[in-house]
Amino acid sequence: MTIEKFVECFAELKVINKGTQLDREVTGPYCCDLLSIAMSKMPQGAAWVTVMANVNTLAVATLAEAACIILAEGATLDTDALDKAKEKGVTVLGTHLPVFETALLVYNRINE
Amino acid sequence: MNDKIILKYKVDCDDFTRAGEASSSVKRKLKLMGFDPEIIRKVAISLYEGEINMVIHSYGGTIEVIISPDEIEMILVDKGPGIENIELAMQAGYSTAPDKIRSLGFGAGMGLPNMKKYSDDLNIESIVGVGTTLRIRVYVPIEE
Repeated sequence: MTIEKFVECFAELKVINKGTQLDREVTGPYCCDLLSIAMSKMPQGAAWVTVMANVNTLAVATLAEAACIILAEGATLDTDALDKAKEKGVTVLGTHLPVFETALLVYNRINE
Repeated sequence: MNDKIILKYKVDCDDFTRAGEASSSVKRKLKLMGFDPEIIRKVAISLYEGEINMVIHSYGGTIEVIISPDEIEMILVDKGPGIENIELAMQAGYSTAPDKIRSLGFGAGMGLPNMKKYSDDLNIESIVGVGTTLRIRVYVPIEE
């Protein structure tokens, strides 16, 4: 599923920033809040579910080539992070759902 | 590609908005040069951890990346408090980062261990009260 389609098919997820490279594939969900682990273990093309919502999250998503970031538990980007998301063209979505439920939703929808 | 390519970056202390710029830039250049994705991943992870450490702990410094066909060498030089006990700092889980840093998703004591894990050679020289120099190498296997 492309990022473009992914963003469209989740009414549960609010679009915080629509990035560039929307034709890339979303491979599956990945969950982790500790950035050192996320950076080294996240698969390319992941929909990264996290509650970390600062500039470092954007840097790690870019380096690890995540397809998008999904901020769970109602986490929101601060101004610096939103600017960074726009600058880097990273797609960021948000939800009030907890991390596990968000990842499960993504997993089920991708594998439908 | 026979010549070495040298890239230089400046890192400011506490500037999280730019942390990761050097690793992103190096990653892009290595991709363009056609390096193996696994090599690029090792370089990006090690360098990003190094950059973050400089932002968190030092008063600022420089990064020099030397790209050769058979290895990528990263030299990170900072002015700062230095590392009192390198052996302890290398232990996974040991951290001197303040709570503010932990709330940003770092400070779990994984920076240096990650650098060691994802590089082929890591050399640390540090003088307390002066600064720290890291030399990180990632080897590129030459295909016959």
